Parts: sequence; C-alpha cells; structure tokens
Amino acid sequence: MSQQGTDTSRRQFLGKAALATGLSVAPGVLLYEVAHARAPEMPATNKQRWGMLIDTSKCATGCNDCVTACQNENGWGGENSSEKLSADTQKAQWIRKVKLTDKQTGHVQSLPLMCQHCETPPCVDVCPTGASMKRTDGIVLVDKHLCIGCRYCMMACPYKARSFIHEALKDQKPHVPRGKGTVESCTMCVHRVDSNGTPACVESCNKEGHKAMHFGDLNNPSSEISQELKKNGGSQIRADLGLNTGVRYQGL
Amino acid sequence: MAYSQRLTRKAIAWLIGAVFLLPLTTSAEVPMPVIPKAKGQECVEPTDVMRKDHMNFMLHQRDETVQRGIRTTKHSLKECIECHNAPDESGKVANVDTPDHFCSSCHTYSAVKIDCFECHADKPENTQYLHSIVDGKTPHHANMKSEDKTLSKETLEMLAAKGKQ
Repeated sequence: MSQQGTDTSRRQFLGKAALATGLSVAPGVLLYEVAHARAPEMPATNKQRWGMLIDTSKCATGCNDCVTACQNENGWGGENSSEKLSADTQKAQWIRKVKLTDKQTGHVQSLPLMCQHCETPPCVDVCPTGASMKRTDGIVLVDKHLCIGCRYCMMACPYKARSFIHEALKDQKPHVPRGKGTVESCTMCVHRVDSNGTPACVESCNKEGHKAMHFGDLNNPSSEISQELKKNGGSQIRADLGLNTGVRYQGL
Repeated sequence: MAYSQRLTRKAIAWLIGAVFLLPLTTSAEVPMPVIPKAKGQECVEPTDVMRKDHMNFMLHQRDETVQRGIRTTKHSLKECIECHNAPDESGKVANVDTPDHFCSSCHTYSAVKIDCFECHADKPENTQYLHSIVDGKTPHHANMKSEDKTLSKETLEMLAAKGKQ
C-alpha cells in the first residue's frame, strides 16, 4: 500500500518535470532562430553554414530577375559605365542564367548559376596569396586586399563562377568594393547576411512571386531550407567532385 | 678671352643665386592643405592619434571585416567617408581625384599615393534620400520594411518631402 503511494508521487514528479522540460524547449527553439541576428562586433561562426536551394521547376526560362537584382545590389554589369569598355567575353558575371536542353526529349530547364560556396573550394586550394578564402560560416569570398589578379582560382573553379575586372572602375557601391586587377564572384550578399538579411537574388525571386530560391542555415535542422532539403532532397551540380556545395538544386 | 671669362663668372653667379633662391620660391608656392569640414561633432579618435595612426586602424579593421565578418563602424573606411565626405549644402560631393576630397587634400600635400579608392567608393551612397533613410542607424534597407512588406509611414513621408524639394 505504502509502496503504491510512493509510486504515485514519483509519477507526479516525473509528469511535472516533463511539463517543465516541454515549456523550456519552446523558448529554446525560438532563441536558436533569433541567434541568426549577430551583433556587429561578433565574428561569423561555424555554427551556421549559409546555403541556398533553387527549385528549377519554378525558375522560368527568360526570367532574369535574380541577375538584375544582383547587378543592382552589387553594382556590376549595366550599372557601372566604365565596365562597358571590357570585351563581352570578359565582363563581370556574378550570377548567370543557364538554359539546359535535353537533346533527346527537347525538355528545357532554366536555372541561375553562381558561386556554389563549396565546403572544400578548389579556388581556395590554388590561391597563392590566401586571397581566395572561405569564411567560417561557409561563404566563399575573395579578399581583394590580398588578390594579385593571377586568376588561378578562375581556372580551378568547375562552375566558371568567377570573373576578373579588366578596367578601372568608378562609382562603386560603398558596401561592395571592387576594382581593376582583382577577381570577384558571388558573395552571397555577405554584407546583407551580416546584418540579418537575405541575398538580393533570393529576395527579388520571392518578391516577384516566383519563389524558386531559398536562403538559410544548412546547419540548423529546423531552418526552412534544411526542412525542405530533408523532405524533398536537393542535388549538387557536379556532385562527383565531392565539393559539398552550399548551393543545392531541385528538379535537375 | 676676357669676354668669355666674364660670361662664365656671370653664369656661376646666376647658378649660385638660383640654388639659394629655389627652395624659397617653391616652399612659398605650396599651400597648406585645406581640410574639408566633417559632418559629425567629433572624430572616433583624437586628431593627433588619427593623423599618425589612421592607416593602422583601417588596416586592422579591413581584415576583421572581410575575413571574420566583424562589422563595427568605428574604424571602417565607409564610416570615414560618410562623415568626412558628406554632401555640402548644394548636395555636391567631392571626388577623390580633386583636392576638395578629405583624403586627397592631405595626401596630395604630403605626396603619399593611396589606392583605397581604386576599389572603395570615394563618396557616400549617391542618392541623398537613401542617405537619410539609412543614416547609419539601420544596418540595411532590408530591415527598413515593416511587417506587411511596404515602406513605413515615416519613410514614405520623408520620400514625399524630398520629392517636393
């Protein structure tokens, strides 16, 4: 009899403990979400790995919104008048639209291609000065202070994602320094990411209602991008190279 | 013979005169730099510290920002430009290849060539209304939007006021 009483109190205690745990988990999850907002004096950490997911079935052929948004945000292409002096094949290209046609069936697919922000980036391997670098949160960048313009990284990149600036530039954007003699590529809008924003291409794709692009933290299992990848999967371009890209595609 | 001797003596006298006078004339011709006034009340460091060490502050800051993602504004070149090369009353902003620019005013005088502005913008974001939206307090215009994805009332009022001017 007395033994049964002890059991009940134990059960009650366990019940209360479980309830308390349940209550504290919910704000904990919330805190994790808010953790994205990093104070300006805090460095980027490897707790996050920024990535993108692109649904090619929603990406319309002929639509160029992501490219235009990137140009406006980062000041390359049509924005900068002195860049017009460069030859067509040598112009800056941070992001481009690629059309894939299946010759057998005639099926056409369209997708944006840019720096894939590899986990083991070949461009970083070959750089002789350490200018080509991967930030701890997975964003691959060129430190233009160190770049000597040798263009080894352009040769090494399997995605042809980088371009070289051949002409002296003027009127750059204050938040995107870029100049003659250095290599550049998609920065995943690092200046936006650092202040809790999303890349310009993703923002414009969603704003125009196409919703073909997602941006988020691949390390956070509860982020929208991780959930979507877990549910529906996503492939890497040239997965055979084993680079573990941060940009994934659906419908390829 | 006498004539040519006189000529040589004259030439030497001229040369000596020139050697003594030249430094006097040139130093009188180089004006002291006119340093344009800054927008803010006070610089991030005392003037004598900035004169001596501004390049070290910026060198340190650039690595912290590019490589580690630290975006404090105290020693960032962008903030220097925001304050020291702000548009004047008529809305005009100095270009770095003219001595009216804060950086080049001194660097021309001291004959030190800088290459910062081959990549970095030498003036704040060129549209003035954007300037007042950003004003250094909001980190990015992505945060400018309110919940319903439209511009806030204050922003719209400000844009309307700018349009009337």
